[in-house]
Amino acid sequence: MRGYFVGAGLAIAVATMATQAMAQAEIKIGEINSYSLLPAFTEPYRKGWQLAVEEINAAGGINGKKLVVISKDDGGKPADAQTAANELVSSENVAMLTGTFLSNIGLAVSDFANQKKVFFLAAEPLTDAITWSKGNRYTFRLRPSNYMQAAMLVEEAAKLPAKRWATIAPNYEYGQSAVAVFKKLMSEKRPDIQWVDEQWPPQGKIDAGPVVQATAAANPEAILNVTFGADLVKLVREGNTRGLFKGRTVVSFLTGEPEYLDPLKDETPEGWIVTGYPWYSIKTPEHDAFLKAYQAKYNDYPRLGSIVGYQTIKAAAAILAKAGSSDPEKLIAAAEGISMPSPFGEITFRKIDHQSTLGAFTGKTALKDGKGIMVDTAYRKGSDYLPSDAEIEKMRPKD
Amino acid sequence: MAFYVVQFLTGLASAASLFLVASGLSIIFGVTRIVNFAHGAFYMLGAYVAFTLTERLEGAFGFWGGIVIAALVVAAIGVLVEMVLLRRIYHSPELFQLLATFGLTLMVEDLVVLIWGPDDLVGRRAPGFKGAIDFFGQNIPSYDLFLIVLGPVVLGVLWLLFQRTRWGVLVRAATQDRDMVAALGVNQKWLFTSVFALGVFLAALGGALQIPRDAVNHAMDLRVIVEVFVVVVIGGLGSIIGAFVAAVLVSELNAFGILIFPKISIILVFLVMAVVLIVRPWGLFGKPEAPARRTPGLTVNPWRPLTTNERLAAIAVLVVAAALPFIAGNYVLTVGSEIAIFVIFAVSLHFLMSVGGLASFGHAAYFGLGAYGVALLAKMAGLPMIACLLLGPLLGLMGAGVFGFFAVQLSGVYFAMLTLAFAQIVWSIAFQWVSVTGGDNGILGVWPEKWAASPSHFYWLSLGIAAFAVVILRIIVFSPFGFALRATRDSPLRSEAIGINGKRIQWTAFVIAGTVAGLAGALFAYLKGSVFPDNMGISLSVDALVMVLLGGVETVSGAVVGAIVYKALNIWLVSQTDWSKLVLGAFVVLIVVAFPKGIVGTLEALMHRRRKSSSAASPLLTSRIETAE
Repeated sequence: MRGYFVGAGLAIAVATMATQAMAQAEIKIGEINSYSLLPAFTEPYRKGWQLAVEEINAAGGINGKKLVVISKDDGGKPADAQTAANELVSSENVAMLTGTFLSNIGLAVSDFANQKKVFFLAAEPLTDAITWSKGNRYTFRLRPSNYMQAAMLVEEAAKLPAKRWATIAPNYEYGQSAVAVFKKLMSEKRPDIQWVDEQWPPQGKIDAGPVVQATAAANPEAILNVTFGADLVKLVREGNTRGLFKGRTVVSFLTGEPEYLDPLKDETPEGWIVTGYPWYSIKTPEHDAFLKAYQAKYNDYPRLGSIVGYQTIKAAAAILAKAGSSDPEKLIAAAEGISMPSPFGEITFRKIDHQSTLGAFTGKTALKDGKGIMVDTAYRKGSDYLPSDAEIEKMRPKD
Repeated sequence: MAFYVVQFLTGLASAASLFLVASGLSIIFGVTRIVNFAHGAFYMLGAYVAFTLTERLEGAFGFWGGIVIAALVVAAIGVLVEMVLLRRIYHSPELFQLLATFGLTLMVEDLVVLIWGPDDLVGRRAPGFKGAIDFFGQNIPSYDLFLIVLGPVVLGVLWLLFQRTRWGVLVRAATQDRDMVAALGVNQKWLFTSVFALGVFLAALGGALQIPRDAVNHAMDLRVIVEVFVVVVIGGLGSIIGAFVAAVLVSELNAFGILIFPKISIILVFLVMAVVLIVRPWGLFGKPEAPARRTPGLTVNPWRPLTTNERLAAIAVLVVAAALPFIAGNYVLTVGSEIAIFVIFAVSLHFLMSVGGLASFGHAAYFGLGAYGVALLAKMAGLPMIACLLLGPLLGLMGAGVFGFFAVQLSGVYFAMLTLAFAQIVWSIAFQWVSVTGGDNGILGVWPEKWAASPSHFYWLSLGIAAFAVVILRIIVFSPFGFALRATRDSPLRSEAIGINGKRIQWTAFVIAGTVAGLAGALFAYLKGSVFPDNMGISLSVDALVMVLLGGVETVSGAVVGAIVYKALNIWLVSQTDWSKLVLGAFVVLIVVAFPKGIVGTLEALMHRRRKSSSAASPLLTSRIETAE
């Protein structure tokens, strides 16, 4: 009987030591996103980062340690995202936080990171505030911001002869700031432009018929669209039926992303100038490698979310590897100015505002075999579409 | 000119879609008094099933057949839900059915993603209605014209059904006086089931008909449910014609409103509802509700203050809770603080609901006002934390003072919907007034001062305030004011006869509840370090409602248990599973079936039965008083 106890005790001791050893050989990253609210984006995103984790660990992990990503759902609520962030930091002891989709959630987590002195790599939120007016030293951001995407689109839009412009954008911060930046940059390049109408349907609740009709009544020559998802589908369907897009050029944020373009199927409007992700026509070795690995693992094509998820974890791993520690100060030092490969080519996290130089593709929408695609695509490097350092220093609070 | 005609017709088409869904809700509510939160879920299911069928079935017949079959299939699901779930809880306290349908909605949201995948689905266009018709240079989609015709046709069919069939006569009778219909020997069970089936059929049909215009996705339900409720209430509960007129009114105001104020859509329906309810307290076509025949306070054991032993037990529980920081880590403590804050929030609503008999659907407004009060004071005026905590809730007090004045003029569901309208108006101000509130990006950096910053200190602070709030509210319940409030709740006529100014008493209660909610919001702002319009959104109001119902609306402090169970479970599930809504929804449904009076309510009833099993006189007495009015 006594031997039994000793044996059991030994077993427990060995098991404890084993877990401790395992814990020491692990690096944990905490990841938060709106999985239940926005599955259309976050499912491919999750596949993307899972692929990245697999590749990193297959290549020996981070400085010999296994990478573990602990993922939480925020349900689309900033308060819940903070609860999740707190759990990841306080009970899971993660080395850094990553993820988030919605701008307000990104800002909430970035403020949490600033307060608790945790490194945060924002994946998706597009708001300019997160790196500029409300930026802080603990927060970095991967995706090209609202400003950058607007600047890319303006470059094309300014070449159009159209002088009368109307805007349609969802009535929340993303839509408001996209329109504001686009208008500002556009009017700088083309002082002759008139803004004749603006429509602000509530996000997710567009009553497309009246909106299309009201826009048409202003008789614009060109339209800026910022809606996406189900709103975009409704807008396009009503617009097609009512002939809103006939003879008018449309410039549209994000519409070329497979997440938003693919559902339109044979109703895809042709000739819109968009930002997006034409995975079928990118011919670079970096992207080929990513595409092959992704298709082999999931038997599905990547969406833009896949790229964002994949590169977020790759970037996090690169920063952790360079820092050689999970101390936030060392992580910040490592992240500022770090360069790394990505499926879109080399990117750098800028020291001045912690924005990565990941770019985006622009092109025109077209129909092929009853499906929407992007044609005449061009990759635009993020670094070419940012304001001057002096302007940024004016906007960004000092640390 | 042609443009205005077309814009008008476009508005009519939107109205027709809205009316289909709203009419179903109105019928269900009129007869069964169920606030069917799942109506949006049935609408969404209709769209999903119709998508699958219209993709599989060929040709025009396949399309239209698919739409109708989808609506029938979903109606069958509705029948199943009614028979298995709702029949068990018709005799539960008012609004308890809301909890069951809320649980169903949560489940359906996850289920459709599991079954149909996460992508937005775009179905095919309606055969024969693909193009547009030219009207003096303006295009009108022919499908819009189809909908414009369909709306009045459905209205006509429903009118015939209700006016010219025996079934319709019974339904109308039940809408007017359920108990009398039952007393006359009509089988209520099947009447309710058939009404529920018809309502769900209309919802699903409304959803299925969106296929040629919309993208089918998992958020359709929430998009439509609130708007539909508003339309039903503007029109007057149970009035089909009212629902039609209200749908037209709302849609046309939106169609023309956006020409002048493009940002109006976000708030328009709520503005219209607030105005209508203030001018016509029962909606455009509604009739005043007959005085309730059942006295709610008497279906349970009479309330009494805690005995000495129970007080000691409560203090012991508090001491145990206060000892948490000695054993738990930072995360558990922060979650504990959050739960304590939600206890404050839930008891404030519980006070209004159970003692005042006023169910608010917009209680989050005062929570949010408290939070914004703190954030604005801390960021703009730079006041210290203590001052903010004391002054911040005053914004909740002021909001409750203004809105409460109008709201208490109404009762029942009209009261609930007016509070919802006010909450949405406050929400939209926070959302749109970017220069002050930061819009949906919120106000950041509202962190507690050093003395309260550590998780254990903040936990003690929250726990202390929560205990304080519960005790104060209990003292009020058993004060003369509390008795007057309960008298007003139980019998407005009698309480008036003995000289109680009911409206003023209820208004005071509303302000008290709003202030306590504001206090919870103030703490919440410091817990999260930031404030967002979310903090006064509909989902938070619904959460509070669920907590109160879960605990038991006919208890004195059931909301404490409801808040702890719901919030803890919610946080845990969201952290542990990606299908948290499915599990949480299923749990809520189970609770509803297992504890038909709420957790605390059912436990109390069990204990009471055990204690009083010997005396057979009391139930008789109760039932006599119940019918006395």
